[in-house]
Amino acid sequence: MDKNLNKIIGFLVISCLFIMSCTTDENQTVVTFTNLVAEDNFDVDGQINTSFWNFDIGDGSEQGLPGWGNNELQFYTDRSENVTVENGFLLITAKEENFNGAQYTSARIQTKGKFQQRYGRFEARIRLPFGQGMWPAFWLLGDDSDGNIWPQIGEIDIMENTGDAPTEIFGTVHGPGYSGEDSISKTYTLENDRVDTGFHIYGIEWGADYINYYIDDVLYYQITPEDVNEETDGQGTWVFNDRQFYIILNLAIGGNLPGPPNAETVFPQTMVVDYVRVYQ
Amino acid sequence: MKNRKHINLKTICPLILVLMMLSGCERGLSDEAVFATFPNTADIYTDSPVGLTDEFFKSFDPALGANPEGFGTDDNVAFEGNSSIRIDVPAPGDANGSFVGGIFLDRGEGRDLTGYDALTFWARGSITATVGLVGFGTDFEDNKFAVNGPSIRLSTDWRKYIIPIPDPSKLIQEKGMFVFSAGSYDVLQNDDPAIGTSFDDNLGFTFWMDELRFENLGTIAQLRPAIFSGEDLSEQLFVGSTKEIDGLSATFNIGTGDNVTVGSAPSYFDFSSSNTGVAFVNELGLIEIVGEGTTMITAQLDGVLAQGSLNLEVLGSFVGADVPPVRDPGDVISIFSDAYTSVNNLNFAAFNDDNVQIQTQSFNGDQIVTYDNLTFVGLGWDGTNNVSAMTHLHLDVQLSSSANPALTVQLIDFGADNSDGGGDDTGGGFTIPSSELIEGTWVSIDIPINGFTEATAIFPGSPNLNNIARVAFVSNGSSFIIDNVYFYRE
Repeated sequence: MDKNLNKIIGFLVISCLFIMSCTTDENQTVVTFTNLVAEDNFDVDGQINTSFWNFDIGDGSEQGLPGWGNNELQFYTDRSENVTVENGFLLITAKEENFNGAQYTSARIQTKGKFQQRYGRFEARIRLPFGQGMWPAFWLLGDDSDGNIWPQIGEIDIMENTGDAPTEIFGTVHGPGYSGEDSISKTYTLENDRVDTGFHIYGIEWGADYINYYIDDVLYYQITPEDVNEETDGQGTWVFNDRQFYIILNLAIGGNLPGPPNAETVFPQTMVVDYVRVYQ
Repeated sequence: MKNRKHINLKTICPLILVLMMLSGCERGLSDEAVFATFPNTADIYTDSPVGLTDEFFKSFDPALGANPEGFGTDDNVAFEGNSSIRIDVPAPGDANGSFVGGIFLDRGEGRDLTGYDALTFWARGSITATVGLVGFGTDFEDNKFAVNGPSIRLSTDWRKYIIPIPDPSKLIQEKGMFVFSAGSYDVLQNDDPAIGTSFDDNLGFTFWMDELRFENLGTIAQLRPAIFSGEDLSEQLFVGSTKEIDGLSATFNIGTGDNVTVGSAPSYFDFSSSNTGVAFVNELGLIEIVGEGTTMITAQLDGVLAQGSLNLEVLGSFVGADVPPVRDPGDVISIFSDAYTSVNNLNFAAFNDDNVQIQTQSFNGDQIVTYDNLTFVGLGWDGTNNVSAMTHLHLDVQLSSSANPALTVQLIDFGADNSDGGGDDTGGGFTIPSSELIEGTWVSIDIPINGFTEATAIFPGSPNLNNIARVAFVSNGSSFIIDNVYFYRE
């Protein structure tokens, strides 16, 4: 009940904002979904809102994915030193410490079974950490309650970054025939700016047969079934019209993509999230 | 009409100024004062020098080995446009000097660089040599905001180099636009300052620089300043002494994701002392110790707390050792004493174990050296000395630790080749009776010149005396203050 009430209030507030700011919105061609259906603005200090989020805990072994499938080095916890809400921001903090056999701790939260949706606009305002070995992400995974498994269920990586490239983010899709190293991805490079010095809005607009990726007010990538077909020589299947997806926010350390931290990596590092919003 | 208007303005302006000054007397003029602003020209060299002095390049002192002939421009090579700066770095032994280095100065009163976050340029080399110094802020005057970037490895293709500005807000009037220095390339990585011939195989090379300018990149971030090289130090000092804060740097993460550390002049930092009744720090990073007690010295750069600190314990005023007697210069070979002319370029730790803490302090013109937690340390200097005509080695020692002191003094002779090693080195030691070492009290030790009979870790004892190159102290972790180390004859 509370959640619904929050949603309604949030919707009203955001609607007002949009009405007031419609002059800028008119120029913002990336936005076509404006009906706010879910949000977390992280306005209540303390533990995250567990009616919206779940914790993923461990090194992935319990889920059958040691290293979370990527040889990542962290152990995810639900401790406040790894994940908490402070001053209106979600803080996901990676620490260097020996913990349950891992060298690092961090956090990963997701909305599986609590908030899932097919299509819409998913966006978050985030300030990212920096340094070799950091691998923050804001992403979606397909609901697997029908027994299907990855990559059949699909994965939409709205924003990923590796801490050794502070001016670059990338958007990616994974599906059957184009997963892991063969996923379909595009990198966007910020001009005269970085991802770790200020907040940026990372988002997608996702509809039948398309996903548009944007950062702030820049639409930088559109992916369609035709692109998947072309990239995979006809072998890949578009799996993004099939099911609901849920939201994941995490800060991984090391792993196949960024490589491990080095002597210059500064710990702790924090991924700061101002809000997560979903529109239809 | 135009003229008249002009005259009116001329008349009115001073009147307004006078009124402002008069009315401002009670409030303080500083509130109303507008700082003079200086041009914010970004470019330093594009296809020609931009706004630099007529001489363009001001070399380091040729008397110190700088080669003023190696600097020029090259109209056949450019990254952009049609000209670049060309530096011909000499091979070792070049008659005109062994390195090329100097500065570019603004031709005016200085530039306002507050709107930039880095000095950038493109460079390429004839070989993949290293340029030891690039930076800015050196003006051959106060060098108040000098920044020394890390040494850069050249590529044979053009590459962009980025030197972050530690705190641009300080640079409201900067004249030092660029500084560089390059010596011959140590291809075999075998240069050893102690062995002059180790430089002989180095190579001269040429490098070009272009599009030298200040930029606002927007990607210079994650400032991490440091003092004392990032270490948290603890020291005991005496009232009336001073200590310089060294190891000053600023590390940034630049747009490529690389960390870049630049050496930063003290004036970029704001220093603080937790107890100014014990010590305070001036803007040049000099700690002045004024009272007994404890204080913590820390610093900030652009509002970011620097890594590294000094926890100072000040015990009181220092009492120096007795001043050595006046002697005929021919009767003294002084290693370390303010009473005599001493050897050149004394190194208080030509070799030492890692745990010993070494510091020098001066009181009323008398320098002392402190070795805390001493296991072994060797004093070294330029050349060697024949002490065979002397009768004693003198030193003044004050024990500054308490339990079971031990101190052995050793002499090392480099032999006829006058260099470390070579099979002709000799050495020996003399152990000072521990009963003579008294905590907090200066004692004078006079060791007969033939008294160094004890074997050392390497040598059998009783060294030759014709080519003395080291005086070493060996202890058991005790701490000592030492002064007036000299050979003499009676």
